[in-house]
Amino acid sequence: MSQVRVLVGTRKGAFLLTSDGKRDDWKVEGPHFGGWEIYHMKGSPLNPNRIYASQSSGWFGQVIQRSDDGGKTWEPVGNKFGYEGETGTHQWYDGTPHPWEFKRVWHLEPSLTDAEAVYAGIEDAAIFHSADGGKEWSELPGLRTHGTGPQWQPGAGGMCLHTILIDPSNPDRMYIAISAAGAFRTDDGGKSWKPINKGLVSNFMPDPKAEVGHCVHHMALHPSKPSTLFMQKHWDIMRSDNAGDSWTEVSGNLPTDFGFVIDVHAHEPETIYVVPILSDSMHYPPDGALRVYRSKSGGNEWEPLTKGLPQQNCYVNILRDAMAVDTLDSCGIYFGTTGGQVYVSPDGGDSWKAIVHDLPPVLSVEVQTLA
Amino acid sequence: MTSTVRVELPTHLRNLAGLGEAEVQVEVTGEVTLEAVLDALEARYPMLAGTIRDHGTKKRRAFLRFFACGQDISNDPVTNALPEAITEGREALLVVGAIAGGRGT
Repeated sequence: MSQVRVLVGTRKGAFLLTSDGKRDDWKVEGPHFGGWEIYHMKGSPLNPNRIYASQSSGWFGQVIQRSDDGGKTWEPVGNKFGYEGETGTHQWYDGTPHPWEFKRVWHLEPSLTDAEAVYAGIEDAAIFHSADGGKEWSELPGLRTHGTGPQWQPGAGGMCLHTILIDPSNPDRMYIAISAAGAFRTDDGGKSWKPINKGLVSNFMPDPKAEVGHCVHHMALHPSKPSTLFMQKHWDIMRSDNAGDSWTEVSGNLPTDFGFVIDVHAHEPETIYVVPILSDSMHYPPDGALRVYRSKSGGNEWEPLTKGLPQQNCYVNILRDAMAVDTLDSCGIYFGTTGGQVYVSPDGGDSWKAIVHDLPPVLSVEVQTLA
Repeated sequence: MTSTVRVELPTHLRNLAGLGEAEVQVEVTGEVTLEAVLDALEARYPMLAGTIRDHGTKKRRAFLRFFACGQDISNDPVTNALPEAITEGREALLVVGAIAGGRGT
């Protein structure tokens, strides 16, 4: 009997939501680490019982937790994230140089090929690697030091490395995204990186087409077409069909192309999902109506999905890591809101139901499809 | 000489270290300073490393305070000797979360 386990990180702890393949009746466990911010949780694709959680607090800093029994028990592992060598400076909000400082881990990405390996994306932006299940961490410094680092600047949420995508057909190829620096790719396992921002246009920048400085909010890919990337930029939905070498806009008929999340259907590589948000100064859905938009053509033509979602008086936001898909035959789509709801659609987006209504603000959602 | 020092931790750090009770006891060899107590605490409970003071600089995290015998010693040199009441175990060293630090929560 198939089962799904949804890993929900919130401002006040971690929650695990489990159901059978019908995704109708749910068991809610939590909070784990009550009172702490859980920016992200993710399970190993090679060992689903191994789950990592990024736990942080304004008082006590960063902790990394690891479970080896599917989230029943947890063990604090390594939390030492030291930059390699000279840290240098990036730009501060006012354009002045500012030294790199570790603040928190935004995203944990377990390896696709090694059950002990995991990557971490941190603020101030850098990527770290652990080869021993999160006990020891070391930076892959080629990203931070490749040359454009002094031009990077923080977005409103900080200068965070929030997206890590591993090419399932080539473990040496990875993509990352930083707010507000842009997207980068490595083809040698993280030793060297190059900006992949050609085609992005960000009108807030002095040079809207600059090599770096773009505020990328999230990226996604489908495992069967790993050179096709989808991006929710600050404004604009973008796609690349050449591993990020160039991008084209596919915002099409969306009511607004600002937003944070983007994801791809598990079985249809050209079916993608976004949640349009009114603007960068509003951070809530247009018209107070929560609508997921689906494109079955890889962008440009979009349809609103509203069945089961609030269509009036809804002013929540959906943050960048708060959407996920399962891999059941009828693909399930999940997202969490800053109002504490986690919604599921067991039919690819046609209809929606709230699994929970009143969690703390949701920071991240991941889902594990279990045999 | 070894001293047994009592340390009182905030709830979240007790939970992180898997401690049920408010106080822990650590053995400190040599002069009992704040630095020596924190070194001993982190050696016994490695998961606390980085949560009270920075891994690299060893500076106190901004929203934590240290109290000894009713005095705020947060900004004193960490190599100062702690009061006899602490070294003799009559009083606990307090690690206190400031009424701040919860931005946005």
